[in-house]
Amino acid sequence: MTSSPAPAARLARPLIELREVEKYYGDYYALRKITTDIREGEFFSLLGPSGCGKTTLLRCIAGFEDISGGHLAIDGKDMEDVPANKRPTNMVFQSYAIFPHLTVEENVGFGLRRDPSSKEDKARRVAEALEMVGLKGFGKRAAHALSGGQRQRVALARALILKPRVLLLDEPLSALDKKMREQMQSELRKLQRQVGITFILVTHDQEEALIMSDRIAVMFEGEIAQLDSPERLYRRPISRKVAEFIGIMNFLPAQVLSTGPQIALDVAGLGQIGIDAEQCPGTPRTGEASVGFRPETMTVLYDGDPEPTRGKVAQGTVEEVVYFGDMSYYEVRLEGVEKPVQISMRNVVGRPVLPRGSRTRIAWEAGALVLFCEPKG
Amino acid sequence: MRGRGFQIYAICYLIFLYAPIALLPIFAFNNSTVISFPLSGFTTQWFSQLWTDTSLLLAVKHSLIVAVSVSILATCFGVFAARATTRYAFPMKQGLMGMIMLPLVLPDIIIAVSLLVVLMQMGASLSILTVILGHTLIATPFTIAILNSAFQSLDKSLEEAAIDLGETPASTFRLIILPLVMPGIISSLLIAFSISLDEYIIAAFLSGTEATLPVYIFAQFRFPNKVPVIMALGTILVCLSIALLTIAEYFRRRGIAKAGGKDTGGFL
Repeated sequence: MTSSPAPAARLARPLIELREVEKYYGDYYALRKITTDIREGEFFSLLGPSGCGKTTLLRCIAGFEDISGGHLAIDGKDMEDVPANKRPTNMVFQSYAIFPHLTVEENVGFGLRRDPSSKEDKARRVAEALEMVGLKGFGKRAAHALSGGQRQRVALARALILKPRVLLLDEPLSALDKKMREQMQSELRKLQRQVGITFILVTHDQEEALIMSDRIAVMFEGEIAQLDSPERLYRRPISRKVAEFIGIMNFLPAQVLSTGPQIALDVAGLGQIGIDAEQCPGTPRTGEASVGFRPETMTVLYDGDPEPTRGKVAQGTVEEVVYFGDMSYYEVRLEGVEKPVQISMRNVVGRPVLPRGSRTRIAWEAGALVLFCEPKG
Repeated sequence: MRGRGFQIYAICYLIFLYAPIALLPIFAFNNSTVISFPLSGFTTQWFSQLWTDTSLLLAVKHSLIVAVSVSILATCFGVFAARATTRYAFPMKQGLMGMIMLPLVLPDIIIAVSLLVVLMQMGASLSILTVILGHTLIATPFTIAILNSAFQSLDKSLEEAAIDLGETPASTFRLIILPLVMPGIISSLLIAFSISLDEYIIAAFLSGTEATLPVYIFAQFRFPNKVPVIMALGTILVCLSIALLTIAEYFRRRGIAKAGGKDTGGFL
């Protein structure tokens, strides 16, 4: 392998440049003017509901679909006239696309057919690739006799053996059971760090994207709604739609009273408060708005609990409670708000869950709130 | 007892199906030119007569040339059509496919007459070549139907994976698609072969002086003393068919096992 430059330099350089990339079929737009950069060495995820264009974008990068407009460059080279078999990308398919009539070895070594190196060299590289994905000694097996997880690994080894600049993964874990999926998530992450290749993952599973990615592009209807780190995406979603897609978010109706570096709000159930301008991802303006918060940012207080030193307290009634072992999920109706809010709490020994119907106090911090100033509906 | 009626029905059906074929070898070895019971003795003279009948051997030769050519031609056309319908979108796809499949339901006599008229108009002389054309026409819809299902069960991402790994569309076809649809191609070859081999009407119209086997056999029935020889020929053909079918089934099962698929039906 070539020696890699310092991580900071590597991250700064765009490997894939998308400029107003469009894809339409007749008058149906699958991609609408997508402009973004994907950096060298990052784990990049395309996240969105089915039909949002994430797979189409991946296939455009791979060269299986021609783009209808705009420009796509990989490593500074425009890809317009470069067919899929000449692009520096390799793909792991959703169905794995393992060649059923070949052995594991033949599958993994398939991409080396046109490589001029010696037979021994190729065999060594196949063995290395198999070892890398934890399939040492499986080379002679028939590919169709493998389990789902093993096929997945063969597909990975087969795609990585050519040392592509970009590895494209199209929902690679969706066919695996939960336990296997969780194991592969951490393995993929480790593998990506180990080989240092740029990974682009397509997934509809927000949890998977959060766990694995350096950056996530959330896509709706052929557009990137937000491109951010997992943490930013979770803590500061740019719109209610993104917020609802990533994890759970409670929304409360609010009135914006004044704007500026500090925004004054009147939030249903919480009362009059002030928040930082940074907590509003859009442009704040006075009038109707809504305020969102994640279930774990609020705390249900027990009788006799002291008032929190930071943050404030609101009154509510426990409508529903679900005990989940390590966690409890409460639905609490705040005073003056019709729809109950969801609050998750870590269970602590000596503090039994509050029964339904309990009157309780809710502790919350203004810093956890996100203000959405978008038109209703 | 429940199911008794069905058992009787099944047995009657099998007798109806196989009794005539069972009679073939019986009379092929019977020492008499009259086809009736009681049998009059064992002989193999009809089989030895087969080898001396030059016009019959010529008919067999014609039939084999026609059947082999038809199976290859019709299978090639079938591969093109099946590939086109399962992978590409083009205008009028449904209508075009319907037109291609039409000979399946068109009476053979109609096809035979119209082909004859056209060939006469073109001034073509009748030979086994014209029979090959006619048979290819009627066999192609069958090969398309068989190959369509073979191509349809092929995962598109297999091709994309091969291209992704640096292969060209042509080498992908050779390395991935062809091996995986091979069982379908073998079935298609065999079906087209057997359709052509026993086809009478088109062959009778288009063969001219180069009679194929069915045309020759039908003509021979005018001579009663030739009938036992036909029986002997029939016996050989039945044995060949069983052998062919067994081979085809062997390859089909091996193909499925190799590709790790589940066995769903087949001939046997």
